[in-house]
Amino acid sequence: MRDATDDAAVRAVDSATVRQPTNVLIVGVGGQGVIMISKALAWLAQSQGFEVKQSEVHGMAKRGGAVFSHVRFGPEVWSPTIPKGEVDILVALEWAEGLRWLPYLKPDTGIFICDTKRIVPPFACLNRHPGAPLRYSRETPAEVRAHVLEAYAIDATRMAEELGNDRAANVVLLGAVSTAMDFPVADWERAVTEFVPKKTIAVNLKAFGLGRGWIDDARRGTPAALEAEPVFATPRAPADTPYNVRLEITPGWCKSCDICVKLCPERCLQLNSERIVELAIPEACTGCRLCEWLCPDFAIRVHLDSVQDMVAAQAGARQ
Amino acid sequence: MQAAQEAAEQPQQVRKVRPLTGNEAIARGAWEAGVRVAAAYPGTPSTEILESLGKYPADELHAQWSTNEKVALDVAIGASFAGSRALAAMKHVGLNVAADAFMSQAYIGANGGLVLAVCDDPGIHSSQNEQDTRIYGQFATVPVLEPSNAQEALDFTRLAFDISEQFDTMVIVRSTTRLSHTRSPVALGSRSEHPSRGFLESPAKNVMIPAHAKVRHVAVLERETKLKEYLETAAINRIEAGGKAGKPTGKPSFGVITAGTCYPYVREVLPNASVLKLGASWPLPEGLLRRFCESVDRVLVVEELEPFIEREALALGLAVEGKQHFPRVGEFSPEILRAGFEKAGVLEPRDKRAGWTPEPLARPPVLCAGCPHTSSFMAVRASGARVAGDIGCYTLACLDPLRGLDTTVSMGSSIGNAIGMAAAGDTKPVMATIGDSTFLHAGIPSLINAVYNQANITVLLLDNHITAMTGGQEHPGTGKTLRGDEAPKVDYEALVRAIGVKWVRTVDSYDLANMYQVLREAIAYKGVSVIISDRPCVLDPVKIKGPALRIANEQCNACQSCMNLGCPAMTWGEDTFEGRHKVKIDESLCIGCTLCAQVCTVDCIKPVANAATGPGGAPLVPVNQ
Repeated sequence: MRDATDDAAVRAVDSATVRQPTNVLIVGVGGQGVIMISKALAWLAQSQGFEVKQSEVHGMAKRGGAVFSHVRFGPEVWSPTIPKGEVDILVALEWAEGLRWLPYLKPDTGIFICDTKRIVPPFACLNRHPGAPLRYSRETPAEVRAHVLEAYAIDATRMAEELGNDRAANVVLLGAVSTAMDFPVADWERAVTEFVPKKTIAVNLKAFGLGRGWIDDARRGTPAALEAEPVFATPRAPADTPYNVRLEITPGWCKSCDICVKLCPERCLQLNSERIVELAIPEACTGCRLCEWLCPDFAIRVHLDSVQDMVAAQAGARQ
Repeated sequence: MQAAQEAAEQPQQVRKVRPLTGNEAIARGAWEAGVRVAAAYPGTPSTEILESLGKYPADELHAQWSTNEKVALDVAIGASFAGSRALAAMKHVGLNVAADAFMSQAYIGANGGLVLAVCDDPGIHSSQNEQDTRIYGQFATVPVLEPSNAQEALDFTRLAFDISEQFDTMVIVRSTTRLSHTRSPVALGSRSEHPSRGFLESPAKNVMIPAHAKVRHVAVLERETKLKEYLETAAINRIEAGGKAGKPTGKPSFGVITAGTCYPYVREVLPNASVLKLGASWPLPEGLLRRFCESVDRVLVVEELEPFIEREALALGLAVEGKQHFPRVGEFSPEILRAGFEKAGVLEPRDKRAGWTPEPLARPPVLCAGCPHTSSFMAVRASGARVAGDIGCYTLACLDPLRGLDTTVSMGSSIGNAIGMAAAGDTKPVMATIGDSTFLHAGIPSLINAVYNQANITVLLLDNHITAMTGGQEHPGTGKTLRGDEAPKVDYEALVRAIGVKWVRTVDSYDLANMYQVLREAIAYKGVSVIISDRPCVLDPVKIKGPALRIANEQCNACQSCMNLGCPAMTWGEDTFEGRHKVKIDESLCIGCTLCAQVCTVDCIKPVANAATGPGGAPLVPVNQ
């Protein structure tokens, strides 16, 4: 065991002795194994003689939504959920989910341990216009560290992949969490053995050791550990010039076949009262050119004018 | 009360302590109370009660998934008639379905102990509303017990059976999502067998014709009086006198009345306050309430959802405060209680420590990668129909980018709603979409109604072979029972034809082109047409995983056709084409349903080549045929 005397991490457990429970919030995305490591931690805390409450969300969470699980233990635990600002250790299996729950962390002493894994939901990709950015959290580990006293961004998923099982990323994080509590390592390993699928015990024990070692290295400032922390790429907007999309429809050539209307990904075309194609929702059109390519009669042309083109056209009109 | 006393008298050291969720504890309590018959229809957050009961030995109790909550309650009532202890479990809105039987059974009472476990969903984690079940208890004059943790969930469920038999009444054990899904240590007892009391042959009590019901109503009111007397002194209602910290010097003293899941929040925020903890929120013990209110200067009622106890107390002329400090909407939390107590002036405001709050990412639940509903709703949307939706995973198809349904009301509403829309002359063709389990639950009577009244609608029966939304429970269409035994299987096509539907087609949900075509034909048909889209859920009963697909990045023209699926395995890559993001597939999430390949406009999505399966592997369905 490491020397714990001047370690912020141990304060969480020390405070339990004055009847305040230790509060661990474990968050992620449906299917990542949030509940599994929550159960393991709750089981371990109970085996150490603490009263434990573990509270989770069900139902919709399974469908790729955000999942969170509160684990509280101490001599006496009342509320099953952790009050805002009272989380001692926030464990996140996904980057944006970690950021979502940061306001729940104890402002002075809370520890943040987060996988840098990014799971971008389909919802982040709704604005398809040329030049539109991905709507995903932009904060980097460096920014988080500027606001949180003790924050670790750990590439747990990659570490688990290197062990040959990306599903073990949650146990890598559990290993990291274990350094913040004073339970014996052997008991932690027993908890892991108890809750992971039988066939994966060996790889998960390795994963646990990796996570534990990584945090110890990071605390000591070992260069290898700090290098292991990935450079976090900010989602980047398309570098191309933004376009203005313009559809040129030749009504006389349209024979009302409906192909463009049915296949438009943005569903922004329709046949008008004369059954001639028209752009019904101009703001939805992204200029993908499918209608232009699919029209058997060349009735639609898509113009992607660059900003410079538009300026030139306006200047031309004035002359 | 004998059983509960026995349990309490068992020395603590011989009672094993296990971490249980509230639902598991309710199931354990029912088992310990000697329940013989248990029935439920799955519904979050109540589902695990019957799932847990199904794990106890089959020779000790019969546990079943029923087709809906009314059937489940009727089954439990039947067992009670026969003299056995019985339990029905449901979510709050399930009680609406069972309400007809519930209201009448309130008059009949109980021969064998009859308990309803009803789980409310304050905060609407996974429901269509947040109605308050306590009002049902009052409405029917049926007692409502409210456990506040898993230990009480077990103890109160045991007690509920005793109360039921002693007072000749059904008893509701009310849980909420938080209790149902929180794991905490529970001391276990042993099962006390309650042999059948035998059928009680008493038409005046068991047959609710007007002459009998008039007499029974009087009996029900007498029962209410007796229950109130019992609850004046019952151990489940208790006053916890406050410590010193409960009375800040120089301020009037205050007390808190609370029940159920709110109690731990109160204790979290006010560890030393005077508290009247009600184990039964209906009926309320008037004397106890008065005594408590007289012992303090101010009384605050802390209850989630409706001001139920508050109104009762006010009606008794007690000056209590409640909803002017605490919200009537949503789930409580220690923070919300703290804010309420601060507003009421009984807690000193704490410094708001402004933390750093990054802008949160929107991550609504979505249909799974490879979900067969995805293609159904792609086709539905392309058909341009007005769509009445229903309850199930597919309700998520109302969100972008699928945006494939217009309404969702309650279980089985889709077909009835569609009949009304068509009758009202909606300008679009009218369609109802309904899942297999929901169809069996409440869709069949409305489909009969559609045929009978010759509605011009199309019904899309989304058959994914499981009750998916609640985590994969068996139902009469799956061929398995709750305990996993073989069972007869509903033949939907034969059922629908027997009702009188002339136009029925079964299609493969993954064959998108065919789905489009069949939907057009169904809409063109004048009268009731039924399409059964047939593919198993990708999660339950077995996880489906075929070879993943990959997008040839250089060929992708970023048209976004595949992104219209809303598939969680598809996201934007780093590259762009004409300013738009190219798409990439997360191969660990992709199950190889090939829907994206079917809609790809440049044919650039192919199964990943893999040494074991040869080039391209063997996809779940043939691509581009």
